[in-house]
Amino acid sequence: MIEIRGLKKFYGSLEVLKGIDLDVPKGEVLSVIGASGSGKSTLLYCINGLEPIQEGSVKVDGTDVHAKGTDINELRQKMGMVFQQWNSFPHLTALENVALAPKIVKKKSRAEARDIATRQLQHVGLGDKLNVYPSALSGGQQQRLAIARALAMEPDYMLFDEATSALDPELVGEVLDAMRLLADEGMTMICVTHEMGFARDVSDRVTFFHEGILEEIGTPAEIFGAPKSEHLQKFLSSIR
Amino acid sequence: MEPTVSFFSGFQPSDLWFLAEAAWRTLLISVLSISIGTVLGVVFGWMIYEGKWPAALTLGPVLDVFRSVPLIIQLVLFYNFAPIIGLNLDPFLSGVVVLSVYCASLVANVARGGMEAVGLPMRRAARSLGMSYWQDLRYVVLPIGGRAVFPSWVGVALGVMKDSALVSVLGYIELLKASQILITRTQEPLLILTLAGAFYFALSYPISRYAATLEKRWAT
Amino acid sequence: MFDYNFHWRPVMKSLPDLLEAGLVTLQVAALSMIIGIVIGLALALIRMHMRGPVKWLASAWVELARNTPALFQLFFFGFGLGAVGIHMSPYVIVLSALSFNCAGYLAENFRGGFQAIPDTQLRAARSLGMTVWQSYTRVIIPQVFRIVYHPLTNQIVWAVLMSSLGMLVGFRELSGETQALASRTYRIFEYFAVTAVIYYVIVKIILGASRLLAARLFRY
Repeated sequence: MIEIRGLKKFYGSLEVLKGIDLDVPKGEVLSVIGASGSGKSTLLYCINGLEPIQEGSVKVDGTDVHAKGTDINELRQKMGMVFQQWNSFPHLTALENVALAPKIVKKKSRAEARDIATRQLQHVGLGDKLNVYPSALSGGQQQRLAIARALAMEPDYMLFDEATSALDPELVGEVLDAMRLLADEGMTMICVTHEMGFARDVSDRVTFFHEGILEEIGTPAEIFGAPKSEHLQKFLSSIR
Repeated sequence: MEPTVSFFSGFQPSDLWFLAEAAWRTLLISVLSISIGTVLGVVFGWMIYEGKWPAALTLGPVLDVFRSVPLIIQLVLFYNFAPIIGLNLDPFLSGVVVLSVYCASLVANVARGGMEAVGLPMRRAARSLGMSYWQDLRYVVLPIGGRAVFPSWVGVALGVMKDSALVSVLGYIELLKASQILITRTQEPLLILTLAGAFYFALSYPISRYAATLEKRWAT
Repeated sequence: MFDYNFHWRPVMKSLPDLLEAGLVTLQVAALSMIIGIVIGLALALIRMHMRGPVKWLASAWVELARNTPALFQLFFFGFGLGAVGIHMSPYVIVLSALSFNCAGYLAENFRGGFQAIPDTQLRAARSLGMTVWQSYTRVIIPQVFRIVYHPLTNQIVWAVLMSSLGMLVGFRELSGETQALASRTYRIFEYFAVTAVIYYVIVKIILGASRLLAARLFRY
């Protein structure tokens, strides 16, 4: 379970998160929507400890992410993250990309790491690309590679930061399919996304961020069917 | 009283003048060699880029030799070779010849790179506007390609300036040779080396910084 | 015009000595590269991530190495340090000066390499639970090495050429050995001509080997 209490985040004097309270129970798929600059990507970085926070707390399975004594590297193994720019490691083959972290972080044997990597790549439909370098993969394939890389750490949570927004339109579908598959398997997911179709069909809950504030949260039916806040109504009509 | 004649003596004000003169000789041989070398190098670079003449085909590999043999060896070789073919050159002229050719071999690479940076589409566009070959070179290739490689050229020029210290092996008293002479006499290496180093640094550092700034500004 | 008689026999007789000295040249160049890479990496990282006196020191190192003649640096490690009571053998003097110089130039190359890697690569590595050290050694630095591979090759060539300055401080690398042999026989031109050829061959071998290695190393 991820528990966020009174989270505030500043970049210099700019307040990007203005006190967020949010609980994400195990097994839930939560979509985070909102205009760019609303702080939704920053939220993911704060959950994963990639950005320091100024106030409040983030707890993952009871462990405070930002507390001094926390072994952040160990905690991060519970959370897989997929970025907007897919960030495949260009000097490694697809297999090596996925096998690297299990090998050096989890200290798995070479053979074991390769097994895990092979399995995860097959899982996202890249079973025939094991020994290919990222430069020879399409954007969609590289993003699926990034998902496999995160899954290889056997995380309990997956954080998706606009995983499809840097992709050409025709490549979005294959990545969403991979995410859908993951949701069906019961993975706990927080997805910052611009794909309203995905948010509506796949999520258990949807939350709307506006200028650093969590404005509204509810089931997809509530958010898309009966939006309460004025900002959300405006946002939804602007993207239709 | 016994007359004391000492071979060693402390650093005197007149020594400063000796160093200044030597610094002037460093500047002189550098500026001369860089000027000649740049003109030659641009012509060589252009010949290699065009690659039409048999001469151009051998030019590349020949210039490559000057980049693959230590400058100090080139200096000694030329200085000892010139008399063999009946040329009696003093250390200064020998130094200018070798440094110029060395500089040209480096500039040729830079210049060719500049011409390649302009790209065929742009040159076709220029020709399609009715420019002659030479007009294209003058108004398109020179400003665009020149800008692209100007920082590299500055690097080459400063390199030649620093390498001019090697002409001292022929007995030409440039700044470092003068320093060495003074060090032997005064036994004050730290002071003298600091002065000499400061001169090179004061020349090289601002220019290289300026080139880096230009490179950044032109890149955007 | 050609009343000079070339005598190649004495040179050919001492060819084994020259080749052996060539190995010394290779050795000192290789060692200075290894030291230069380690220190250059450290200098680049310090200049990018640290503040205060340590950063100033690193910057001073880089700028001095790049903006003064290599010969000046050699004199500094020879006479300069001698003045404060640090006496080193010619071998160590040449090795230190070369390493100092290589580290300075490589630091700038590495800095450019690091800046070319997007920040997001570090983020991605860290998000997988890798430590900072693991992220750098397994993800960032391997990519940097590809970017600086070509400049690195040039630097090795440069180190080989620069080691010829050893001749000026009595170090018997290829040039120093050549000078010693040549002055014994007065066949200066012949000796240095052969040495020039040896340098050329060494440089070509290095470049060829580098190309072969690159093909094996960088398949992406």
